[in-house]
Amino acid sequence: MTALLTRLRRQGLGPRDLAVHAFLLVFVFITLFPFYWMILTSLRPASEVFTAHFSWWPETFVGLDNFRAALSQAPLLRFMLNGVLVCAGILIVQLLTAIPCAYALAKFEFRGKALLFALVLFALCVPIQVPALPLYVALAFTGTLDSYFALMVPFFLSVFAIFLFRQVFKSFPDDIIHAARLDGIGEAEILWRIVVPSAGPAIAAFAIFSITAHWNDLYWPLIVITSPELAPPPLGMMYFADNDSGTTFGALMAAATLLTAPLMIIFLFAQRHFIRGVTMTGVK
Amino acid sequence: MSIALAGAEHQGSAKRRRRLGAEIAPGIAYWFAAPSIVLLIVTLLLPIIVVFALSFTDYELGALGISFLGLDNYTALASDPTFWRGFRNTLYYVALVVPGSVLSGLLLAVLVNDLIRGRRFYQIAFFLPVTSTLIAMATVWKYLLHGRIGPVNHLLAALGLPQFEFFGDPELIMPALAVIGIWQLAGFNMVLFTAGLTAIPADLYEAAAVDGIDRPWERFFTVTLPMLGPTTMFVIITSSITAFKVFDTVAVLTRGGPQGASDVLLYTTYLEGFQYLRMGSAAAMTIVFLAIILVLSLLQSRLLDRKVHY
Amino acid sequence: MTATVSIASIEKNFGGSRTLKGVSLEIEAGEFLTLIGPSGCGKSTLLRIIAGLIPQDGGSIAIDGQVVDDAPPKARDVAMVFQSYALYPHMTVFDNIATPLKVRRLPTLARLPVLGRWMPGLKAARAGVAEDVGKVAAQVEITSLLDRRPAQLSGGQRQRVALARAMVRQPRVFLMDEPLSNLDARLRVHMRGELAELHRRLGATFIYVTHDQVEAMTMSTRVALMMDGEIVQVAPPAELYANPSDIRVARFIGSPEINLFTAHAGPDGRIALGDEATPLRCDARGPVTLGLRPEALRIADRTTALTLKARLHRIENLGPDALLHLRHDQGGDQRATLRLPLAEIEALRRSGRLDAPLTIGADADAALLFGTDGKRLELRATGAARNDDLILQRAS
Repeated sequence: MTALLTRLRRQGLGPRDLAVHAFLLVFVFITLFPFYWMILTSLRPASEVFTAHFSWWPETFVGLDNFRAALSQAPLLRFMLNGVLVCAGILIVQLLTAIPCAYALAKFEFRGKALLFALVLFALCVPIQVPALPLYVALAFTGTLDSYFALMVPFFLSVFAIFLFRQVFKSFPDDIIHAARLDGIGEAEILWRIVVPSAGPAIAAFAIFSITAHWNDLYWPLIVITSPELAPPPLGMMYFADNDSGTTFGALMAAATLLTAPLMIIFLFAQRHFIRGVTMTGVK
Repeated sequence: MSIALAGAEHQGSAKRRRRLGAEIAPGIAYWFAAPSIVLLIVTLLLPIIVVFALSFTDYELGALGISFLGLDNYTALASDPTFWRGFRNTLYYVALVVPGSVLSGLLLAVLVNDLIRGRRFYQIAFFLPVTSTLIAMATVWKYLLHGRIGPVNHLLAALGLPQFEFFGDPELIMPALAVIGIWQLAGFNMVLFTAGLTAIPADLYEAAAVDGIDRPWERFFTVTLPMLGPTTMFVIITSSITAFKVFDTVAVLTRGGPQGASDVLLYTTYLEGFQYLRMGSAAAMTIVFLAIILVLSLLQSRLLDRKVHY
Repeated sequence: MTATVSIASIEKNFGGSRTLKGVSLEIEAGEFLTLIGPSGCGKSTLLRIIAGLIPQDGGSIAIDGQVVDDAPPKARDVAMVFQSYALYPHMTVFDNIATPLKVRRLPTLARLPVLGRWMPGLKAARAGVAEDVGKVAAQVEITSLLDRRPAQLSGGQRQRVALARAMVRQPRVFLMDEPLSNLDARLRVHMRGELAELHRRLGATFIYVTHDQVEAMTMSTRVALMMDGEIVQVAPPAELYANPSDIRVARFIGSPEINLFTAHAGPDGRIALGDEATPLRCDARGPVTLGLRPEALRIADRTTALTLKARLHRIENLGPDALLHLRHDQGGDQRATLRLPLAEIEALRRSGRLDAPLTIGADADAALLFGTDGKRLELRATGAARNDDLILQRAS
């Protein structure tokens, strides 16, 4: 009996381990319950939503009716397409501008370098809400409000990317850059063909960080977008939740499921990158 | 601007250096940095200067005139009950979310990190809310906490407890929003703490065991917690900054209601600037907000200096 | 495919300190020249200045008679092997070796990933690159590794890839920055032989930086010893050992280190070691330093010209012979090391002579004399020498 206990303990199944698991599973339940309830409601008829008793399972299964209703009430797929376009546009410009700047800060000596880096560190602390007013005014005066450009422009520069990639490039061996110069490779080609490929994990981590942040951002789209056909997912969700007079909870939850699904699926496939991204950056 | 000027000036000396030895002239570094410098100036530095300047004026978008008010916007803020209510509500939210998310993150990290089985499962489960679209999940939470049909109230009823109208009661609205905030932030903090935990050298635990410290809670208080000190500080400040920026849930779920009980700083600023288009006074609020964030960031960067990345 | 390298008064400052203080050196075509010196002496900096990777603050570099100070690294026709090998981590061995050729033979667009493959009319150029890579890979015996990535290779294999990448474009000058110091001891001995052989076969000029005197002694045509940003002496390895021009050279070359004793030159130039007169004379007056290599020292007998008293401290057995570590009162650090065959030491031990104070000494022609400034002093024999076949020692 004691031998069995020891063996179980060694396999992480001793009484104390089981107690910890039980405790953690309660937390897991609390954490995941909203997701469960969201999916459950999206699959259940409206009549069940408004009953005063609790049930774990749809008593009548309505299949994808709620999803069909949600898709017909609002252009959800359009919202998601907007999200994809905006996230991709932002990420591409961020990488194209931040990588060379980070490389210059990491591997070159030039006048103004210390000032530039100090500004990057300062900018790191400034949230979007601070430059929002003047940017809005500028966009209003140039007539570019309510456009994809307006959605993306404040985020083209990611000082966070500069900071992160500088850190990564600093640890890239000078010898390899020297070898590349001796081999006759041009400076830009050294950066994009030799240095950048070795920063793959950091770039992946940053991409995930950037996509998550901008897919989920509500503040800026709320300010600059007035046409529903340009709304990214969170703003679309807000429109949808707003006119809930005619909307059932079922359709609302179906819409929420659809709009959260893409990131969730990416996360489940690339969770290692997500978690490493957080530990590498420590910034949300 | 001074960077660009310094650049032009440096081209000359770069050429001079090039005669002696052929290292790539540093001029190329300016080309590499130029796009970022332009964006930095146009989308960040200039706007900050403008917002600062606007905060001393009565500028309204669409209005023709603009006049200098000095500190009037700030003195008006100081005596504006709406602003103070938003400020108080924000602090209340921070005071609820920071301890809640930091303590639960720490607890989960310590428990999960010691496990032999299931670590990855728990990490994925707890991290899931971080990646979820908060707006969508907020609507789910509003439903969960619904006064009549929400499962939370069903549960309370089943336990024979009184039921609550979370989103209709000015007393309960901030705690309800804080629950959503903690739910989203706990997993994120857990991952940060886990990184801190893995950085604690294993031989410290062995040394503690040799010294006769073998109960888990003793180990936690003598080794783990002191070693996690810097991480904990970092997590607290990061969580404070995140909590200070609370906006999405307010904008979607409550719009500051009921009776202004969930008015928060950013939501007030948003209304002032982008709904009523009173740029001057919104700019003053923005400056106050920036000052708070900068103080927190300053604390954070002092910690970052010590531990650049986890 | 070989060239001379002229280094003329090269200056380099790093953050206010003078790393290179006007270094000049003429390297002949096809020579294997080793730059040796303690870490921080500026040898690696000098190598990078020759390559064009670091700009000098003064002076000039000429390769094959042409001043290359304006030329970027790739125009200098030099190749370099780095201590860390500096292989491109994400490329296969083949691509690592092919890169310098592709850069020279293919247009930029053809080097783009994916897209470049569809550029027409480059079949011959690509085939030529592949052929050259194959040839070089065969020479350094890595043909079977061409598809691997650097992370999958052992240290020795990476070293060969780095060599192949340097060789493939047939440069006139090879620069090597401590290429063997990351290898384990056995492999290092083996690669020493291979590098010397490679140098003979290629006939190119090699400039080789190391802090390991064995590497310098075994492979080089000439060795340049650098200290504190200056070249102290340039000479063939044997000459550097036997005829150091400076006390720093004498101390740096040779292991165990040379024994140094404080001596005194009288008014007539006669040198006294402690109370003992010696048959040596020099042109200097006053305190001088007398250097004797450990293998020049022996237990004194009646024929020994230079003698001094010492006590045994410890015996270190090296296998075929042993080192006697001694203490003495003749200045310096008061330590001396003496190398003797093991059998002799056994004989001494049995006779009990090791327990008593010892008289050690050396032949007069083995002595190296240095002035107070560290410069080598010329020695002359005197008539009153105890052994009569003193050789006139010339200072280099």
